[in-house]
Amino acid sequence: MRMHFEIEGGDFTAAGRASSEVKKTLKQFNIPPEVLRKVAIALYEAEMNVVAHAWSGTMDADILPEGIHVVMEDKGPGIEDIERAMEEGFSTATEEVRQMGFGAGMGLPNIRKNSDRMVLTSTPGVGTRLEITVAF
Amino acid sequence: MKTNVRQLMQELGFTCLAGEAYLDRHTEGAYLSDLLSDVMGKAEAGMLWITAQVHRNIVAVASLKELSAIIVVNERQVEPEVLAHAEEEEVVILSSGKPAFETAGMLYNHLREVEC
Repeated sequence: MRMHFEIEGGDFTAAGRASSEVKKTLKQFNIPPEVLRKVAIALYEAEMNVVAHAWSGTMDADILPEGIHVVMEDKGPGIEDIERAMEEGFSTATEEVRQMGFGAGMGLPNIRKNSDRMVLTSTPGVGTRLEITVAF
Repeated sequence: MKTNVRQLMQELGFTCLAGEAYLDRHTEGAYLSDLLSDVMGKAEAGMLWITAQVHRNIVAVASLKELSAIIVVNERQVEPEVLAHAEEEEVVILSSGKPAFETAGMLYNHLREVEC
């Protein structure tokens, strides 16, 4: 089963919708709650990264018998230094975004902790691609 | 012994702003933070979330993490649109008349008593 979502950069009103939809869909299957929570956290953080940093993006979730595989692709400023971006507490979020309680520099570390496989690639000035796999 | 959100609300004087239908949820502990990713990473399902944030995104965090309720501190105003969204997502929002420190202190003592 495949789910596709368009995510708009800067649209905090709709933010979280894609991850909620995926979680609701997964709930219908017999998946352990702790796995469901991992997926929800990883996808929410990935979605918020697109909203907070990119111009626009897509989320494609493939629900398979053995797990969920998600590809997030965005058009945006990209990430200059992926290693630094993965550090807890490092963030390039704007002041406005931080005042909402985002930009704590925990998004990517949260994704890593809650996924079984995470591949992050980025071209500065073009965009970012993130692949997440969580096994059931 | 676990307690539920309704009992806590009544005993500690919180007001329910949204999710009246879900006040029987059990709760065991609480997490205090205004950083959404911190809550996403560290709070546990069933916990109460004490925060000063009142924008729409708190609903998604509470729903995805399956938190028992959000406690907004200092009687901060929550927009009707956010409350409506909370109802849709089955999220409980309570309001505390006290600042975060006092709210957390009251909860801490109360939950400890319940446990004893």
